[in-house]
Amino acid sequence: MRFLTVLVAALLLAGSALAKEAAPLAEDEAVEKRLVNIAEELRCLVCQNESLAGSRADLAQDLRREVRGLIKEGKSDQEVKDFLVSRYGDFVLYEPPVKPTTWLLWGGPFVLLVAGVAVLITYLRRRGGQLAPAELSEEEKKRAEALLKDEQ
Amino acid sequence: MNRFLLPLGLFIVLLGFLAVGLNRDPREVPSPLVGKPAPAFEVPQLADPARTFAPKDMLGKVWLFNVWASWCVSCRQEHPVLVKYAKSHGITVVGLDYKDQREDGLRWLRQFGDPYLLSAFDGDGRVGINYGVYGVPETYLIDKAGTIRFKHIGPITPEAMEQKILPMMKELEK
Repeated sequence: MRFLTVLVAALLLAGSALAKEAAPLAEDEAVEKRLVNIAEELRCLVCQNESLAGSRADLAQDLRREVRGLIKEGKSDQEVKDFLVSRYGDFVLYEPPVKPTTWLLWGGPFVLLVAGVAVLITYLRRRGGQLAPAELSEEEKKRAEALLKDEQ
Repeated sequence: MNRFLLPLGLFIVLLGFLAVGLNRDPREVPSPLVGKPAPAFEVPQLADPARTFAPKDMLGKVWLFNVWASWCVSCRQEHPVLVKYAKSHGITVVGLDYKDQREDGLRWLRQFGDPYLLSAFDGDGRVGINYGVYGVPETYLIDKAGTIRFKHIGPITPEAMEQKILPMMKELEK
């Protein structure tokens, strides 16, 4: 029993001695952080629903290597994005820029919203007009009263 | 009757959008490089590492710049088309062996024929990135002044060759 206790204690000690601080995956943490930040806003062209940060495609790895290089050269985020846009087009950006060819894309939903509200308002107004309670004529009033009396 | 016309009209418009959207290939991303000068580079040739190739060597010629690789499955589909048209129409095609092993690329050319004037070797894919390559094969049509005039994404089919590429090359040759 004592032997066992000693063994367990020794193993525990050995375990904690062996456990090292997890080594950072990249040599330069700051560069890596910026890389992930930028790459998350970029599309991987091979698997188009993945970001450049998350994709394991070969091309994504190459592009991350290029972006890493650009960051180390001291390029700004915008310059890195411009580098990729000049080669792959606006499609690499998850958030496309506002320019004449994308006006419909950006403005479309709002145009549809305004149009929808306008249609709704005109429809409700027209229906409201039709539903307005019609005035009863003298004769109808008398008939109604007569009927109500009959009930009693 | 009239109150059905508006929804019907909207539905037809929506249908039109969906039909166009469904018939487009999402893999075909228009290249921003069309109309721009072909990016400069200088890399060793595939067959002879001692010699290099740069796009400026081709100034004054209308040529196709075809990105291929021995590991690329669609390239096998495309290759016979290139071999055929390089022979029958005498078009100038320069290859870019993209992210490949030199021996594999050379073996591939021995096996399937070599339609290329020469192939440049892009082992680490850097030239590919500068040309916006994201899926091999891709082909660029470059004019006498060294401007990219057209980009074909995916394997070149005989139809694409006959209907698009050859007429454009003929026009640019003038």
